[in-house]
Amino acid sequence: MIPEPDGARGGSEVVAGASPGGTAGIVITPGERVADPWAEGRHPPAIGPWRLAARRLRRNYVAQAFLVLFLLIVVACLLAPLYASDIAHISPNANNITGTVSVAGKMVDVVSPDGVPVGPTFGSHYFFGADSNGRDLAVRLLYGGRTSLLIGAIATAIIIVFGTLAGLLTGYFRGVVDMILRPLMELIWSFPVVILGVALGTALALGGIGPIKGNSLFIPAFIIGVVYIPYLGKPIRGEVLRLREQDFTEAARVQGMGSWRIMLSEILPNLASLITVFVPMMLAYSILLEAYLSFLGAGVQAPNASWGTLISDGLNYIQTTPTFSLIPGAMLVLTVLSINVVGDGIRDALDPRAQVRVRT
Amino acid sequence: MGRFAVRRLASAILLLFATSVVVFAIFEVIPSYNPARAIAGRNATPTTVAEVSHKFGFDKPVYVQYADTMELIFTGQVIDYNDNLNVDSQIAQRFPVTVSLVVPAALIWLAGAIVLGSISALRVGGLSDRGLMVAAILGVSIPVFLLAAVLLYAFAFKLSWFPNTGYIQLSSNPAQWAYHLVLPWISIAVLSIGFYSRVLRSNLLDMVNEDFVRTARAKGLTGRQVFVRHVLRNSLMPIVTMFGLDFATLLGGAALVTETVFNLPGVGQYEAQAIGNLDVPPILVGAMFTAFFVVLFGAISDIVYALLDPRVRLTG
Repeated sequence: MIPEPDGARGGSEVVAGASPGGTAGIVITPGERVADPWAEGRHPPAIGPWRLAARRLRRNYVAQAFLVLFLLIVVACLLAPLYASDIAHISPNANNITGTVSVAGKMVDVVSPDGVPVGPTFGSHYFFGADSNGRDLAVRLLYGGRTSLLIGAIATAIIIVFGTLAGLLTGYFRGVVDMILRPLMELIWSFPVVILGVALGTALALGGIGPIKGNSLFIPAFIIGVVYIPYLGKPIRGEVLRLREQDFTEAARVQGMGSWRIMLSEILPNLASLITVFVPMMLAYSILLEAYLSFLGAGVQAPNASWGTLISDGLNYIQTTPTFSLIPGAMLVLTVLSINVVGDGIRDALDPRAQVRVRT
Repeated sequence: MGRFAVRRLASAILLLFATSVVVFAIFEVIPSYNPARAIAGRNATPTTVAEVSHKFGFDKPVYVQYADTMELIFTGQVIDYNDNLNVDSQIAQRFPVTVSLVVPAALIWLAGAIVLGSISALRVGGLSDRGLMVAAILGVSIPVFLLAAVLLYAFAFKLSWFPNTGYIQLSSNPAQWAYHLVLPWISIAVLSIGFYSRVLRSNLLDMVNEDFVRTARAKGLTGRQVFVRHVLRNSLMPIVTMFGLDFATLLGGAALVTETVFNLPGVGQYEAQAIGNLDVPPILVGAMFTAFFVVLFGAISDIVYALLDPRVRLTG
């Protein structure tokens, strides 16, 4: 499944005389007669899996374009405070129900008397229109993006760290550890993600856990992380079960290495490409699940915004101001799409045969 | 086969037990959660709350509460805290709606995924392959609730091609039943078509280089026979397991978002309302209901797997 570890620990990077264009090969000086091009010292340079993957990725222009798009979205969201203070001149949570804004030279209520928020003005104020409280949608869109991306990133970090740990422990020790951890993973796995996430989310949003308040962003991030741990833990476990029977693990054991050292220095490096494939995928699914939870009221809590809460708020006005939900929706879809395309590119580059799946 | 059945039954009971404990525990550890106050109503005095608490047994130890609740569930007497309706009969009443939503949607997504995945794999690298894979990756990037809302807005409000929302019983008017459910079916199927066709395509492409395909060709089968009987049949195996789990969770109420957006009175909508009200009995019963289907379809997909692949024996 995973590229053979021809040099599991750095040895793979030994590349002799590779020309910059990547077309490294046998250098034949003109006039020289070469009987056997594969003679001593003329072997084609060895290319490690990572370098090979980077080379494949460099040829994948679609993935690169979507990577740029994703980075642009991230930068735009990070610059949200700047946009709020210098262009829109309004804070993300400032209500302005009674205010007015000029659209094409005419002054219009931000929120009409019967409660309908204004649509896009494409001016500095209310560029994408307002929400039902007269808050600037463009500002909230960027702040909401920060929230969504941050939750996605924290959840992904939780999944990667604990999923890898669970997979390593259950795969390597088997026995008692496996008997305790594996049913736990199976339990989470066979639970519908949405129902478990929503139950946890509603419950924790009400009470918080310990010092963390109910409306903290860490609660959805934590829930999403926990819910998706088995999706990484299961494939990692399978791979560890295979790796622990390999000769190099045996050799390490014979040398007298302890279990932990074998896990960290022999097995973990061989899991790197599998984990790398999972990072963008888990990020995409975490962002999507956050939107689901927020839609059902079990994710990000007011007054904080995320793309999920914005879409959810906007759906109430879909007949009068469809842009209110469609613009955050488009942002969410673009972001998840770009992560998915980049993730596909990385997977194809690292391991064209890998098969991984996630449910929402 | 007997051993298989026994082991499956044991794991089923274990999973149901674990599910109920987990859900019960989630709501037990919330510090500010007090169901007695919800039942007693808005203007209840502390005495009334205490009375309600005593009547429903909230003042008893946790494990006694758990045992009492389980007894009520299995004798069909458990009621929800908000409307005092019988939870078991509510779910039984709403289940046909969820079945009408999920079963046709599952058939659509399975057929769609097999057709699109096969076309894509047969024309690998071609224009139709690329187009389909772009569509598939777009399909898995759209959250279901957004797709449902956009479909509703475009085809029901703007174009008026389809009715708004609501549910017509199959027995009363089959044509209206289908007419009302087209948009919900599509909104559930799109994500899964995207997902399954991607998986199927890569399975098919992996399978082409297998020895048995070469053997099938060598013995003179036509391209169509090789593809349908050997390549496709073997590629469907991983999908069987995936399908079992997805189908089971949707039947158990995981379609709550679609049911909420389209206002379909199914199990999922009931769950969504219960979650919004923090009403523990429906959430508990709903989760166990889902777990039941997960176990059931897990066993069924293992049996189908064994039928598709003679090498697999049912040992549990």
